[in-house]
Amino acid sequence: MDLIMNLTLNGLATGMLIFLLAAGLTLIFGLMDVLNFAHGGLFAWGAYSGLWIYAKTDSFVIGIVGAILTGFLLGIIIERWIIKPVYGNHVQQILITLGLMLVLSEMLKVIWGPNQLTASPPDYLKGSWEVGGVIIIKYRIFIILVGFLIFAGVQFLLKKTKIGLVVRAGVMNKEMVQALGINIQKVFMFVFMIGAGMAALGGVLLGPYSGVIHAGMGMEFAILAFIVVVIGGMGNFKGSVLAAILVGLSGSFMAYYVPDLSLAVNMLLMAIVLIIRPQGLFGAKG
Amino acid sequence: MKGLLELNDVETFIGQYHILQGISIEVKKGEVTVLLGRNGAGKTTTLRTIMGLNPASKGSVAFKGEPIHSLPTYTIANKGIGYVPEDQGIFAGLTVEENMKVAIQKENEETAKRMDWILNLFPDLKKFWKKPGGLLSGGQKQMLSIARAYINENELLLIDEPSKGLAPIVVEKVMDSILQMKDQTTIVLVEQNFMMASTIGDCFYIIDDGRTISHGTMKQLKEDEGMKRKYLGIA
Repeated sequence: MDLIMNLTLNGLATGMLIFLLAAGLTLIFGLMDVLNFAHGGLFAWGAYSGLWIYAKTDSFVIGIVGAILTGFLLGIIIERWIIKPVYGNHVQQILITLGLMLVLSEMLKVIWGPNQLTASPPDYLKGSWEVGGVIIIKYRIFIILVGFLIFAGVQFLLKKTKIGLVVRAGVMNKEMVQALGINIQKVFMFVFMIGAGMAALGGVLLGPYSGVIHAGMGMEFAILAFIVVVIGGMGNFKGSVLAAILVGLSGSFMAYYVPDLSLAVNMLLMAIVLIIRPQGLFGAKG
Repeated sequence: MKGLLELNDVETFIGQYHILQGISIEVKKGEVTVLLGRNGAGKTTTLRTIMGLNPASKGSVAFKGEPIHSLPTYTIANKGIGYVPEDQGIFAGLTVEENMKVAIQKENEETAKRMDWILNLFPDLKKFWKKPGGLLSGGQKQMLSIARAYINENELLLIDEPSKGLAPIVVEKVMDSILQMKDQTTIVLVEQNFMMASTIGDCFYIIDDGRTISHGTMKQLKEDEGMKRKYLGIA
């Protein structure tokens, strides 16, 4: 029982980290029709900048805020000067964002060195609780809670605010949103900024979870995030959280029970979904 | 009288296709101007060009004397032009209420009054207020699209084929609603249904092969059997 519980919590925590990366990716694709291969770079930048600020200030909270702000800033810069000129051209988008991914990773090595860095949670998030004989690691619970809070926050933003309404409308019909007098470019920038902030948050949370960070972490997690986006349905925010949990749990259980298949399981999941339901589990038929 | 909207020798390309090759239109304030012509003549592109969705490559579009042809679509809309596209442009996953909320530019007493007026005009919208736009019937979608364009104090409404694909009884309802709006705003209407066009319209422009080839009052057109037969296929 405690094994199942631990694998479940581990899977949920990993799922939430993937969700933070995939949510931005799916929103950006849904609204802006942009496949951002550099999104993983924002994840890595969140990890490095947040943990650097954490080390300098000795405050994990300030580190998290710093990572999110770094994500926001990079998001604005990337959308404005790199993505905007290639709107509507998928080939150019793929080339430029793949290039950007490399640049972002290499810049991390230039600033923080090529070696991986160690990270650990603050004292108040270290250790574990024992509940009914089950050991529950505090930091995993923290990640799961933050993930659900972010999900609830973004859901609130999308469902209960005017800007959220505009984003949802924009996903469905960008042209009509403009014809109603709304500057869609500003909405694009806002969504890109939020997506980048969430990715950076995921990165800074991953550091103490895995114990180390390295410049290539963005690409590793971006692959999982792309799988989640495909499984959840391109552009479907709710789908991204459910698919992320599915990917996190399957990875966690397979790694324990069938370790040889643990790397292949996500690809397998994606292939099955694409065969049965090409639009993703929660995507609308297009 | 100077026109509220003036198109002067407008040309528009969509990709490599030269769709509009010389459109000149003057829309007078308070009137309903109907654009008539065969399928593919350029009527819809004319409305899209006015809105900046397919920007003009040559010529000028002026609204209240101010050139708008190089402005982005959202700025053109904010100058007071409401648009009802041919496909209605309903946000299928948003409820009727949310579709209206996206459109509202200012939440004030005037908007509340207009909302009351429009919901009295289209009681179906009130009835299906919480229903997703995508689940409405064709007529209800048309009503929602018109309501959305009307909710702001727009001085000009561009309405593209409101009768398209609707049952005759629904066409009458839509026509009645446009007639009621006619007293309060200026309208440019693209319409294939000549009965509807001639009932609502004050004046007309005939577009053929991307050019305005004739215009006048609707009364003149009703009496010109040759013109109707040649360009509108009405015997």
